[in-house]
Amino acid sequence: MNRIVVVGGSTGAVRSVQALRRAGYDGELVLVSDEAHLPYDRPPLSKDLLAPESDGSPVPLLTAEDVERLDLDVRLGTRAVGLEPANRTLHVVDDEGPSAIVYDGLVVATGVQPRRLPGTDHIDGVHVIRTLEDARAVRDRLGEGRRAVVVGAGFIGAEFASVARARGVEVTLVEAQEVPLAHVLGREVAAEVASVHEAQGARLMAGRSVAEVVTDQGQVRAVRLDDGTELPADLVVVGIGATPATDWLVGSGLPVDDGVECDVDLQVVGHPGIYAVGDVARWPHPAYGRPLRIEHWTNAGDQAEVVAAHVVGRDRPNVPLPYVWSDQYGHRIQIVGRPADGVAVAVHGSVAGGDLAALYAGPDGRLVGAVVVDDPRLLMRLRKAATAGTPAGEVERALLTPAS
Amino acid sequence: MTNSDDIAEKGTPMETAQTIGRRFACNEGDLAPGESMTVPADGEDIAVALYRNDDGEYFATADTCTHEDWSLGEDSDLEGNEVVCPLHMARFDIRSGEALCFPATIALQTFDVVCEDGKVYVLR
Repeated sequence: MNRIVVVGGSTGAVRSVQALRRAGYDGELVLVSDEAHLPYDRPPLSKDLLAPESDGSPVPLLTAEDVERLDLDVRLGTRAVGLEPANRTLHVVDDEGPSAIVYDGLVVATGVQPRRLPGTDHIDGVHVIRTLEDARAVRDRLGEGRRAVVVGAGFIGAEFASVARARGVEVTLVEAQEVPLAHVLGREVAAEVASVHEAQGARLMAGRSVAEVVTDQGQVRAVRLDDGTELPADLVVVGIGATPATDWLVGSGLPVDDGVECDVDLQVVGHPGIYAVGDVARWPHPAYGRPLRIEHWTNAGDQAEVVAAHVVGRDRPNVPLPYVWSDQYGHRIQIVGRPADGVAVAVHGSVAGGDLAALYAGPDGRLVGAVVVDDPRLLMRLRKAATAGTPAGEVERALLTPAS
Repeated sequence: MTNSDDIAEKGTPMETAQTIGRRFACNEGDLAPGESMTVPADGEDIAVALYRNDDGEYFATADTCTHEDWSLGEDSDLEGNEVVCPLHMARFDIRSGEALCFPATIALQTFDVVCEDGKVYVLR
């Protein structure tokens, strides 16, 4: 391939160009991003970047020096608007209008777009946290005594709540599920993880949904819930998940169904030479065999290595089990594998105690996932055990039972 | 210049160690195969991670993961000659320092290790 075009400013896009160069691909490499900035790291947007000690600068994922060293043609402020696979042509729009880029290989890495509360797009003070601009806008509204309503108590919402509490903000989380994250962690562990909110002075209203965002001259004033409760708000942060950013692929013929459908090498099904990487890709993860779309930061890097190997004709590298972390109220929550594929068979410790460890077993009793708080070394051992498919009971006896 | 001249000029490894200095890390036997430890920063010396692989060989690298601030000597996972950072799963070759997978893209600095009289030293 003489020219590979990577579409997106995401972690997956950056990992793709890095992995291609590392694998020895020496053709032309173009990165197209609709953002104004060079790609930056997104996890800190809901964590460190909102903290008082931050100056609001992002953590770069790709520096100007990287661009030079990797010999990249980076086109910022350039939005992909269409694809013609038959002519190997990507259509884009930038300040100067529409243009076309011809490619030999293409990597779709447009990531996801956050779900918003319907009808709230133009309300001042209602935010999602996906981009640097989002995070800075949220940051500007944080301050002692302000009142924030967080819609959705998933990772983004919980991380925001944690930072906001540290800054003296009054926080109420509104969550549609009876127990936040129950669909990921199971009720018991999810309830333990959610318990830190109340312990840290944030209010959690679970099993509730938003009926209306109340405004005053275009500015958010309150959030009214389905049971009529009205929560005064200076700021609303919405963290209710995200959908694959694939609108630009409509009409391209690429198979899209909650993500771009890929084979085990991340090649788009029926489209040799076109790949998808990161949050936008749905693929049969080698450890699971069934199509999964994984919105984890590490997944983007894992997949990029697979794509690069395929492009240069190398064997597919080993793909580790999914891994994700979340920082909340000074605790680090680490999750490996897929807890949702099993049930929690052993739950030791607590989040507040900084020693939670939960093991999940699949139907055959093997360890399929684990949640660990503040013990990275244990997490690594459990990661190994889950990779090996060790029976969960054996793992519990070996690693979790107190030595006394 | 011949090889032997080269050695004579630079000195034997031990002489080099004495010339440029070495840091005591631990006693032989303190570190079991497959384990690692941190030699703390001291003055101009940065913190160093000392590893002992399954074959009993010692290797040393800079202690801090090149991706994000984390001690590889204290809290990491050693698999053969590879160390994995438990925060974001960066992986390095402890012999060369090479960054083997994302998110690591920068190699770890490496240090020579010598054992003498039952003591393990990291060379500066």
